[in-house]
Amino acid sequence: METFYEVMRRQGISRRSFLKFCSLTATSLGLGPAFMPKIAWAMENKPRTPVLWLHGLECTCCSESFIRSAHPLAKDVVLSMISLDYDDTLMAAAGHQAEAILDEVMTKYKGNYILAVEGNPPLNQDGMSCIIGGKPFVEQLKRVSRDAKAIISWGSCASWGCVQAAKPNPTQAVPIHKVITDKPIIKVPGCPPIAEVMTGVITYMLTFDRIPELDRQGRPKMFYSQRIHDKCYRRPNFDAGQFVESWDDDAARKGYCLYKVGCKGPTTYNACSTVRWNGGTSFPIQSGHGCIGCSEEGFWDKGSFYQHLSGINQFGVEANADEIGLVAGVTVGAAITAHAAVTALKRASNGKAPTTSPDAPATRQE
Amino acid sequence: MTQPTQSPLDASEYVYEAPVRLWHWINAACIVVLAITGYLIGSPLATQPGEASDHFVMGYIRFAHFSAAYIFTIAMIGRAYWALVGNHHARELFSVPLTSKVYWTDMLAWVRYYLFIGPTPKPMFGHNPLSRFAMFFIFLLSSLFMILTGFALYGEGAQMGSWQERTFGWVLPLLGQSNNVHVLHHLGMWVIVLFVMFHIYAAVREEINGRLSLVGAMISGYKTFKK
Ligand code: HEM
Ligand code: HEM
Ligand code: SF4
Ligand code: SF4
Repeated sequence: METFYEVMRRQGISRRSFLKFCSLTATSLGLGPAFMPKIAWAMENKPRTPVLWLHGLECTCCSESFIRSAHPLAKDVVLSMISLDYDDTLMAAAGHQAEAILDEVMTKYKGNYILAVEGNPPLNQDGMSCIIGGKPFVEQLKRVSRDAKAIISWGSCASWGCVQAAKPNPTQAVPIHKVITDKPIIKVPGCPPIAEVMTGVITYMLTFDRIPELDRQGRPKMFYSQRIHDKCYRRPNFDAGQFVESWDDDAARKGYCLYKVGCKGPTTYNACSTVRWNGGTSFPIQSGHGCIGCSEEGFWDKGSFYQHLSGINQFGVEANADEIGLVAGVTVGAAITAHAAVTALKRASNGKAPTTSPDAPATRQE
Repeated sequence: MTQPTQSPLDASEYVYEAPVRLWHWINAACIVVLAITGYLIGSPLATQPGEASDHFVMGYIRFAHFSAAYIFTIAMIGRAYWALVGNHHARELFSVPLTSKVYWTDMLAWVRYYLFIGPTPKPMFGHNPLSRFAMFFIFLLSSLFMILTGFALYGEGAQMGSWQERTFGWVLPLLGQSNNVHVLHHLGMWVIVLFVMFHIYAAVREEINGRLSLVGAMISGYKTFKK
């Protein structure tokens, strides 16, 4: 059985590059320099864990993000770690040959391979909205997951459902954890997830042979334990009360906080404000647009991207909490006024005097 | 208009003990602060000029919200304790005698009275059935809801591992995700605002129109029948 290191050497990766990769990974996982030799040791000595990468209903943005991992090194190394097996977008094989690889890995590494899923299965029409190799994707998913050690849900599709599961969800697309309930599932949400987050998670799992620590919703804590807002470089403007009010105002030019134009950073767990995108170049807020909350459950159904509180869609009208509260408040205010008026009228017609003072004789009517 | 009383005139009863009265006004003050600062967290004030380091407007507003929130929560715990050791009126806030027949006949009388189709009901020293219903189902339950969701939101800022996050973090996935909790916390404010509107109106109206001193009772503790 080959080790990761052997596979990498075979792919033409030098030892120097390999060690660089190990220290880069240790840093991006927040593990500190002491872990660098541990990662190197694990990769040199442990037999390679195969990864099968399935594609359901999706747009391939997760794969696109993955292969753009900042460090070319990380990309090459990680790809050499996984692309040898099954990924119908990246592998060389196609058709029956490809499906044969799937079966081969499943039998040879029974209970010992990692299943990474991009996209999700639609359940309506017997799953016919997504066909892989002539069969509904949900069947392939169930079959391959049966003997997997763990499952990675790539992106918001696999983790939460994303756009294909947005209302009214005609194909009834569901996230992976709704279909597979008996395996550990690691959610790596985002539309797409950040490349370094993806390679970080997968490297952690392959080298340490265990799943990373997860939060309550099943996301790796090392990348999803903070909101965008907690590490946003515009946070000082938020605390100071300096907001962009419209897209072309002076505040927008000065780069003030985007809360008032709908930034969802305060309610979004992701690593964008720390890791950033495209090799750490920038991220949405840095380019002047608020976060749209792409890594949060159901973000398509949370109303406008330009309101930080999501709308409430009841009774067919879209309103926000303040509009509803204001209408209720005005209604109650009017009711109270009317009630008070009737009370006063009745008092007047009953001729009942204020009774606060016992000295004031009750003025009887007539 | 008939004015007889079943109870002796000038009768009075010590209804609200000092801790209850103190709690009532601290609680009212907290809610005023929480509602105003909460609203301003959702719809912030106009932008401050100059450097970010010169201002801390949102910071102070949030600080006021969180300070009032802590006082509100601790006062609520104190009030619950007093329900255990105080007089029987101190317990009224925490239960509704839904299974008692008398409660519902009284309730009908009070509803008819408020709809101007029934006579003035027999005064009572405790809360009237309607107010008891509202105190429990609207005020108490939404306050607890605000505490749960509020501390869950606070845990987000205090971050993973903080006691707020460990104690209340489960609220977020239960209600969907962070944004849902913000929306519900925000709606909760409006529910409490509506309660306060009804409550103050009813208290003032009863003070002027009713047979018992009422607002005075929340100050002196005594409810006294007026002639
Ligand atoms: C934020 C504002 C307020 C809140 C949340 C609030 C809440 C409450 C609650 C929960 C009680 C029940 C006390 C108990 O049983 O322990 C109560 C009683 C009372 N409150 Fe308030 N209150 C507010 C403001 C006011 C104001 C401004 C007044 C005076 C105009 C007032 C007058 C009274 C009176 C007279 C009672 C006794 C009612 C009775 O015996 O049935 N409250 N209030
Ligand atoms: C009567 C009680 C309360 C009222 C009326 C109230 C009201 C509000 C409102 C309207 C918001 C704005 C929500 C938004 O638009 O995103 C808010 C935010 C918040 N509240 Fe409360 N709240 C109450 C109690 C509490 C309590 C007990 C806590 C506990 C610590 C709390 C903590 C928070 C936090 C952490 C936020 C989010 C602040 C931010 O996003 O920067 N609240 N509150
Ligand atoms: S831009 Fe968004 S994430 Fe950044 S401080 Fe403002 S609200 Fe928070
Ligand atoms: S800033 Fe927000 S919307 Fe943009 S990629 Fe990150 S999580 Fe998604």
